[in-house]
Amino acid sequence: MRPFTYERAADARAAVKSASETPGARFIAGGTNLLDLMKLEIERPQHLIDVGRLPMAEIEDTPDGGLRLGAVASNTAVAADSRVRGRYPVLSQAIVAGGSPQLRNKATVAGNLLQRTRCAYFYDTSKPCNKREPGSGCGALEGLNRNAAIFGASHACIATHTSDMAVALVALDARVETLTPSGQARSFPILELHRLPGETPHLETHLVPGELITAVALPPPPPGGQTYRKVRDRASYAGGLASVAVAGGALALGMVAHKPWRAVDAEAALASGASPSEAMARELAGASSAGRNDFKIPLVARLGAAAIGEAREGAR
Amino acid sequence: MSSVSDWDVPNPVKENRSGLIGKGVDRYEGPLKVTGTAPYAYEVQPPSPPAYGVMVGATIAAGRITDVDTAAAEASPGVLAVWTHRNVPAQPPRGTKAHPRSTAGSKPALESDRVTYWGQPVAFVVADTLENAVAASHMVQLTYAADAPDVDFQARLGDAVDPPGEKDVEVGDFQAGFEGSPVRLDETWSTPIQNHVQMEPCASLAWWEGPDRCIAHTSVQMVKPAQHGLAETLGIDRDAVHLMTRYIGGGFGGKGQTYDDLTLAALAARALGRPVKVAFTRQQMMHGTIHRPATVMRVRLGAERDGRLNAMSIMTWTHCHSDGSFTEHASNFARSLYAAPNRLTGHRLVRLDLPHAGPMRAPGEASGTLSLECAMDELAETLGLDPVELRIRNEPEVDPENGRPFSQRQLVRCLKEGAQLFGWDRRLPTPGQVRDGRWLVGLGMAAAIRGNFLLPAKCSFSVDADGVITVRQGMTDIGTGTYTVLAQIAAETLGVPLGQVVVEIGDSELPPAPGSGGQFGAATAGSAALAAGVNLRKAIADLAVNDPGSPLHGGDSASVTFQDGVVALENRSETLRDLVRRAAPAGLTVEGEIRPAQDAQRWSTQTYGAHFCEVGVDPVTGEVRVRRMLGVFAAGRILNAKTARSQLTGGMIWGVASALTEGNAVDPRYGSLINQDLAQYLVPVQADIGDLEAIMLDEVDDKANPMGIKGVGELGNSGAGAAVANAVYNACGVRLRDYPITPDKLLAGLIAAGR
Repeated sequence: MRPFTYERAADARAAVKSASETPGARFIAGGTNLLDLMKLEIERPQHLIDVGRLPMAEIEDTPDGGLRLGAVASNTAVAADSRVRGRYPVLSQAIVAGGSPQLRNKATVAGNLLQRTRCAYFYDTSKPCNKREPGSGCGALEGLNRNAAIFGASHACIATHTSDMAVALVALDARVETLTPSGQARSFPILELHRLPGETPHLETHLVPGELITAVALPPPPPGGQTYRKVRDRASYAGGLASVAVAGGALALGMVAHKPWRAVDAEAALASGASPSEAMARELAGASSAGRNDFKIPLVARLGAAAIGEAREGAR
Repeated sequence: MSSVSDWDVPNPVKENRSGLIGKGVDRYEGPLKVTGTAPYAYEVQPPSPPAYGVMVGATIAAGRITDVDTAAAEASPGVLAVWTHRNVPAQPPRGTKAHPRSTAGSKPALESDRVTYWGQPVAFVVADTLENAVAASHMVQLTYAADAPDVDFQARLGDAVDPPGEKDVEVGDFQAGFEGSPVRLDETWSTPIQNHVQMEPCASLAWWEGPDRCIAHTSVQMVKPAQHGLAETLGIDRDAVHLMTRYIGGGFGGKGQTYDDLTLAALAARALGRPVKVAFTRQQMMHGTIHRPATVMRVRLGAERDGRLNAMSIMTWTHCHSDGSFTEHASNFARSLYAAPNRLTGHRLVRLDLPHAGPMRAPGEASGTLSLECAMDELAETLGLDPVELRIRNEPEVDPENGRPFSQRQLVRCLKEGAQLFGWDRRLPTPGQVRDGRWLVGLGMAAAIRGNFLLPAKCSFSVDADGVITVRQGMTDIGTGTYTVLAQIAAETLGVPLGQVVVEIGDSELPPAPGSGGQFGAATAGSAALAAGVNLRKAIADLAVNDPGSPLHGGDSASVTFQDGVVALENRSETLRDLVRRAAPAGLTVEGEIRPAQDAQRWSTQTYGAHFCEVGVDPVTGEVRVRRMLGVFAAGRILNAKTARSQLTGGMIWGVASALTEGNAVDPRYGSLINQDLAQYLVPVQADIGDLEAIMLDEVDDKANPMGIKGVGELGNSGAGAAVANAVYNACGVRLRDYPITPDKLLAGLIAAGR
């Protein structure tokens, strides 16, 4: 780990000001991902701005019948909130499918969204990785890539986004609220938060440098059933091989792309009366695999169809 | 010359008057461990503030270091030393034994410019803090001339050779027996590399008392080879190394040897004149210490239609380091398991540019049962026989390989009692018939076997003026319960409460014992402890009858009894404390020892078990979850029902891991393992293990040792994974012979089967 300086931000405006003025600054809240990466020198921030104690941990009803999740509300608090469990069960299920209780107690809403990939070649600093070290190449492309992306990958990167929570938020059409370095509040659909890798996999979001996520806003729950299904090698505390979130007619896929993947082709097919299997086949027509992750295409086809069926059952 | 018949006399463990033997006594050191106050090697308080060493691993698998640039690291804050092969202090060449009876030779660190595996320690940084050492370690610049790594095991199978000094073992005429059998099976299984991933990574702390005496704390399963190896490496007298390993956070065979952390801590402590700590990181453990090598196993079975085997063969291909000879003996266990007149077993070895292969929990059985015990399941299906019945029909009367009588063999009872307790009769022989919600449910079983061993060991027992018994032995407790069973043997032998026993182990200055491994620990260390205890009883009895102040004075010392802290002779008695305080205020110390009996080899001495498992398979995703599991074991007298059960269930959990999740793959481009932390190298978590039970049958094996006990540390692992794999087949009708059975592979099978 490299030496770094640390400050506890007085308020959100001071945090973004400091972040935009200090070279090599990063925000930290739960630290469940960032600290691990710093120990391995995958992340080398020169300055940490602690936003974990800012008054952004509230979970509050919004006038339109939705819910606003404060950026530093813990994953545990969100998953356990009775309004979340009652109106957004897919979100609660997704959160408890991730990490361990200890991690969820520390991890926050914004930190979960901004967690970095678990690709083994990203974690091993002796291997090439364009995400960790732009221009060094992609170790996973020709490597042991069982868990690589099947949508939207590039020659520069085939890593996946591994958040469970984000998949549910994408299916729920959540909006991300931020504060920009100039002090402007803005809000945009969560689907516009993450990027595909393209030639710049080290750029993972569309946030501008120093921009701080302050909350995630959920619109009123959509009509219809909700469910989250995650496939993993062991029963708990394991990254997924694939996941699917269903919220009414909305469908999102996890661990299949560099970002949570909104299955718009499948949604369109369902809306026009296709069966769940037909809808998944439509979505997966755009998928491609890299060898060891070939199984993900039939896996997602079967998992998606099963989850759509489950959500419909649950809505009855 | 000793004989097993010498053991056929009463002794305090057999008599068990206080009832401590077999009781589920809590761990002796449990409170220290659960309160975080047991000092593991890295946590021992040295006499002055330590410096911190960090190793740097090679980033090639084969080749040479052509250039070294340590300037940035040396200039980094707090750095005290930066070493590579160019400037490490001189050490005797590898294998040097200045003392001819050393149990290990010199193991020089940073030995040369030659790199023979990925992650090999090639540089070393010492600094005033761990953080400074870690930061500087990233600044060491090494330039390599890399060779193309030769690491592709599957591609090199054709080049495999006989392991050194080994030949195939054939009984009868295997080929004729196989070809002449009406029912034949010929299939191949493969298992991956496994890492030990002990909770406590390897770690050492060393300091010097003057120029000639090295004090070292490390985490190792065997004390004497660690002490001798370090002394030889440092080029000092063996007795000049005082090596301690008091608490060990898991060993599993991976700490059966020492690594460069110990050598470098001792060298740096000498060079810097202050204590130095060195630990492997979790990532470094994967390459820098040994692993269980991958195997390919071909099993051939030839049977009559009634299930009796005519021919049985298991041939194992495995790999080791380019300079090594370690062989994963995955075929050996089969030599004693089932009757078949024609038998062929053997091994083939490929040397690769991979890290050192070595023993890991149930070496041989853990891999081997994953093939043969599934082959038996397949054969049973072909024959239309119940898998339990097939095994019973092949139960031998004597060891089928060498004709020796079994000392004890209760395999059939394990099978029958397990089947009854588990509800095996509810299993439907046709797979894929049982559904529970989204899960397909199946049952599977497998047999377990593991050899039993007794090695030479010594132990000392003391009694002090407070009547406290102190056990001293150069033994180790790797989490198995050694402290606890030694305390039980001492308390039972001397007739004192457990709270009146102190156990000191893990120290090179104590009477030598071989340590923990091969499930020989409890029998070996315990038998020496019993001998010392019996000797102390004699010394105390003699003290009493010869002391005019004792109420026992003048009696027959052989008739003195020991119970409840009292020494007695018929109706005359006094407390042990009063006797020692008065008659031997300085206390008494005696030694005892155990040696293997000369005639022990006349019997085939094994431990046995039967595993039963119920799994759920999600036919949509290929996920497998264990729902319940039962093991029934016969392993001699049980010293401690609680610690023995933990050993057995721990082994069973390892079997679940081997079947479903655990393994590491080599990226052939680099020659390195892909999984380097516990988020990627998957061992079971709590949620993976539901209803798990281990039952131990009553047994005493009087050919094993004076106590009639046998080991259980490896047995639980043997066969457990095969029971899981067989249950997967019964659940969904897909046979996978390439472990672990992960969703990606099972899904392909389910799709191919039209599910």
